[in-house]
Amino acid sequence: MQKIIKNLVLSITGIAIAGMASSAQAVDLNVVSWGGAYTASQMNAYHKPYMKANPSVKLNSIDYSGGLAEMRAQTESGNVTWDLVDVVLSDAITGCDEGMFRPIKIDKEMAAGADGTPASKDFLEGTLLSECFIPQIIYSTTFAYRTDAFGGKKPTKMSDVFDLKNFPGKRALQKKPINNLEWALIADGVPLAKVYDVLDTDKGKDRAFAKLATIKDNVIWWTEGAVPPQLMADGEAVFGTGYNGRWFSAINEEKQPFSMLWDGQVLDIDGWAIPAKGKNVDAVMKFVKYATDTQRLADQAKYIPYGPARKSSIPMVSKHATLGIEMNPHMPTSYADQGFLTNFSWWADNADEMNERFAAWLLQ
Amino acid sequence: MANEIIGGDVVLAADGTPLKASLNKAMRKNRIRALLLVTPLFLFIVFSFLIPIVEMTFRSVDNWQVGTLMPKTTTALAGWDGKALPDEPVFAALIQDLQAGAKAREIGKVGTRLNYEKSGLRGMITRSGKKSLKVKEGPYKEKILKMHKKWKDLETWTVIKRNTAPYTMGYYLNAVDMKYDKSGEIVMRDENRRIYGKLFLRTFAISMAITLICVMLAYPIAYLLATLPLRYSNLLMIFVLLPFWTSLLVRTTAWIVMLQSQGVLNDLFVFFGLVSDDNRLQLIYNLTGTIVAMTHILLPFMVLPLYSVMKTISPSYMCAALSLGANPMVAFIRVYMPQTLSGIVAGSILVFILSIGYYITPALVGGTDGTLISNQIAYHMQKSLNWGLAGALGALLLSSVLALYLIYNKIVGVDNMRFG
Amino acid sequence: MSELQEPLVRFIEVQKSYDGEILVVKNLNLDVARGEFLTMLGPSGSGKTTCLMMLAGFEPATHGEITLEGNPINNVAPHKRGIGMVFQNYALFPHMTVFENLAFPLKVRRMGRSDIEAKVKRVLDMVQLHDFAERRPSQLSGGQQQRVAVARALVFEPQLVLMDEPLGALDKQLREQMQYEIKHIHESLGVTVVYVTHDQSEALTMSNRVAVFNDGIIQQLATPDVLYEKPDNAFCAQFIGENNKLIGTVKDKSGNNCIVDIPGSGIVHALDVNAGNIGGATSLSLRPERVEIDPSEGKYPNVFEGKVKELIYLGDHIRTRVNVCGHDDFIVKVPNISDHASLVKGHPVKVGWRADDCRALDVYQEP
Repeated sequence: MQKIIKNLVLSITGIAIAGMASSAQAVDLNVVSWGGAYTASQMNAYHKPYMKANPSVKLNSIDYSGGLAEMRAQTESGNVTWDLVDVVLSDAITGCDEGMFRPIKIDKEMAAGADGTPASKDFLEGTLLSECFIPQIIYSTTFAYRTDAFGGKKPTKMSDVFDLKNFPGKRALQKKPINNLEWALIADGVPLAKVYDVLDTDKGKDRAFAKLATIKDNVIWWTEGAVPPQLMADGEAVFGTGYNGRWFSAINEEKQPFSMLWDGQVLDIDGWAIPAKGKNVDAVMKFVKYATDTQRLADQAKYIPYGPARKSSIPMVSKHATLGIEMNPHMPTSYADQGFLTNFSWWADNADEMNERFAAWLLQ
Repeated sequence: MANEIIGGDVVLAADGTPLKASLNKAMRKNRIRALLLVTPLFLFIVFSFLIPIVEMTFRSVDNWQVGTLMPKTTTALAGWDGKALPDEPVFAALIQDLQAGAKAREIGKVGTRLNYEKSGLRGMITRSGKKSLKVKEGPYKEKILKMHKKWKDLETWTVIKRNTAPYTMGYYLNAVDMKYDKSGEIVMRDENRRIYGKLFLRTFAISMAITLICVMLAYPIAYLLATLPLRYSNLLMIFVLLPFWTSLLVRTTAWIVMLQSQGVLNDLFVFFGLVSDDNRLQLIYNLTGTIVAMTHILLPFMVLPLYSVMKTISPSYMCAALSLGANPMVAFIRVYMPQTLSGIVAGSILVFILSIGYYITPALVGGTDGTLISNQIAYHMQKSLNWGLAGALGALLLSSVLALYLIYNKIVGVDNMRFG
Repeated sequence: MSELQEPLVRFIEVQKSYDGEILVVKNLNLDVARGEFLTMLGPSGSGKTTCLMMLAGFEPATHGEITLEGNPINNVAPHKRGIGMVFQNYALFPHMTVFENLAFPLKVRRMGRSDIEAKVKRVLDMVQLHDFAERRPSQLSGGQQQRVAVARALVFEPQLVLMDEPLGALDKQLREQMQYEIKHIHESLGVTVVYVTHDQSEALTMSNRVAVFNDGIIQQLATPDVLYEKPDNAFCAQFIGENNKLIGTVKDKSGNNCIVDIPGSGIVHALDVNAGNIGGATSLSLRPERVEIDPSEGKYPNVFEGKVKELIYLGDHIRTRVNVCGHDDFIVKVPNISDHASLVKGHPVKVGWRADDCRALDVYQEP
């Protein structure tokens, strides 16, 4: 009897020790991203190879629809379950200012370029706007149009979007002031470089809203990114704004009669931010270092037409993994001269006011 | 009477204890049992409903940021008269707060808070915070004034001083389209920034319209349901409940397919020559779309209480009214309808309150003129992260619904309400 | 025919079917005289309520004609018929006070306010509820609600009032009291009443005439005494009052009498009412109070030996169950008079009855 108990105690202790040992090694990381084709491209380019190389790490993919609400709630409650979040630059800036995200020493903690260039020099200029942000891709928000909507005519520039006479029909725009105000000014003749100078004045704001008002009756406002391609596919709208990746798949995978307008495209940067109070910071840092190196960023471009944020990755961009299309002509970075980068510090200061004004303007 | 002994004024039970006490004892077990039965729900409501509401309401007045994160400045500003830029001691305090805040990575919260009051202060605070780390010695006033041009603006200091108070009216003022002006007086916001007042009115108007349409559509259906034989009424009930069984997005997408300008309804209109092909009706992404989709979703909430009330009304009332000489119309209006009033009221309250809180459907099919106050609340909760304003808007919405309910209670009386 | 003698209501060859397959009312012909209290009595499903509903206008007749004062009313809407009605559950409008309930038929007739008040007061006095005018129906007792319902059916002074089992929801004592009240109101107002009930004692107490319904047909239409004492058929004999039933075969018929053979027990002399042909089956109907225990020799043509099975003491009489002619449930009511026979359970006994009290009828098969 005594022997049985002794054995029992021993085996239980053994199991407990084994369990502790394995839990010390195995890590579950909750990686939050946008879902859909985008998360799929990340899984293919980063998650799968990393888990293969590091069997003790398990990457759980969680979808969210952007914004910092959940992140802030987790931070305030002190129970942060997210380990890594894919964010747009503006959210990274806000989150960094409010202490939700962990600052990164970019050269020390991130991989140098394949050619040995330090990370801070290898990431594209203007992408390292927040010290909590590791850039990943350059995407753009841009217009597309139905090729069969205007007879033989073909819109080529931003002012055509605002030209109801030559290009009649509904426009699907995102229901927020950011981008729309800039486009209104560009269409009104403001040079790309001057847009934010003009917008910073009261007169410039009035001018932007006035220009936007010229097409207000012909706008369908969308809030979900999947909507504008659908609206255009249904023939509800002839122009639509959307992420270039969505247009790419609508045109090349679904064979919709759409064409893209690179003029006035708004370049934006998407990347990783690491919750400051996350529980697995070390493991996450290892993964992020791997996922943002030259090869991985170039790999992602095989699955989705978003430009890699590293200079050293750009020459490595090749063909789409399944469609076999050369990806470079579909990268927003290839048309960077026709677009502009959102001025995040201007919007950080003015978003509260502009959002209210935009909402009031919609109500008029 | 055998067990009842009269002892003075107190009725005694057989064993001599007062009857009341022994009754209480007998009832206590029942009471404890009843209490235990409601406990799970009570706790659930407390944690999932009451505490969040209290917390959000607290956030709508909470103004901890400046006082907590800039304690030295707060103290130094206490004696400031507001007539001119403060003096060196205030700046000396400010530089310490900025440095501490920047090191702790908390200063952005002050910027966010101040930016609600005046655009541009977010950038001023965050940038000055970074720059402050390089400042080693005074005089600080000069150095800080160079960090950002807004420090020279007297209004900046008025705003900061006002927000050193631990509680604020600011969110509520914002929620009713008001603000503090430069001198600290409460005034209306600029015309082009007034939205919440309009949205509140619109929300109530649309909710009323939806409630009315629901009554008009649900009444005949409920009547039919209540009077048909069971096997038909069951089938019809399934149709009524169908919206409950489909997911919100499927339902909404179905409405988009039906109502959009290249949609089924417009195709039919064109086919029958009611409208011309290039003049198709805009039935979605506007008020019409919101009302149609929300009415569809909320209709069961009107049908069910009406049905449950009508089911209990014996057909003999109508027969009686007819036999007494009332024509069918008069009989219906004077005898049947008043008896269904409780159902109408219950259904209306349900539909009205639910439609006031709806935001997903309006966001998807509402376009510009079909969005409601809840969309703004959701926006401030999820996107702008201005939870104080969201809390203030929510509290205003909640209290206006409660006020309506009280008015209603005064007029009709809660006892006359039947939810089914 | 003078106008006074013309019936107020006539059913002429009326038929009614709900489903197109089964007739619930089969070829009904019935006249209701002015001022009469006529009761439609029958088991549930016998068609009596359907007849009332057709008269009120809530159900259309499938075939035939109903006239009111000589005018066909088949196509007259219920609210234009001017017929008062008392419903089984009273159907007092719950959202109106007693006064408003009573004023309702007057208001829809656009009567002046003072007229309405006077008339309502009069009917309230009639049913002794003047203090309850401002109460809601839910604040009244069952009997009070019943009175209000009667008052409401009468307040607009209709010539004809229909009552559909109006006392069904009341307890026995109250029911009996209300029977008298309704009877008195009927007598004092001279209004014509068509009354539906399944309670035979209620029918006998209140009515001038009773129409016994079964299977969509009026089995007998007669005054209460005739109905009880001279039932035309086995159904009426069975349905109304207590009845001893003996089944036998008709042996012989002579004039009003017949001889019936009860198998295994002997011959019974009976009154031939509806006995059918010689050799056919008949059912003999005999009221328990018409049977005598130990009759003197030769007093009755019908004397049989029996055995006391059960004795129930009921005060004024002793209900005795006897086994006679092979029937275990033969009931004899022995009046509790000073020299009545003393009966002991299990003892043999002789029972006898007159030939005229024993009615030979058709054989009614319970459905």
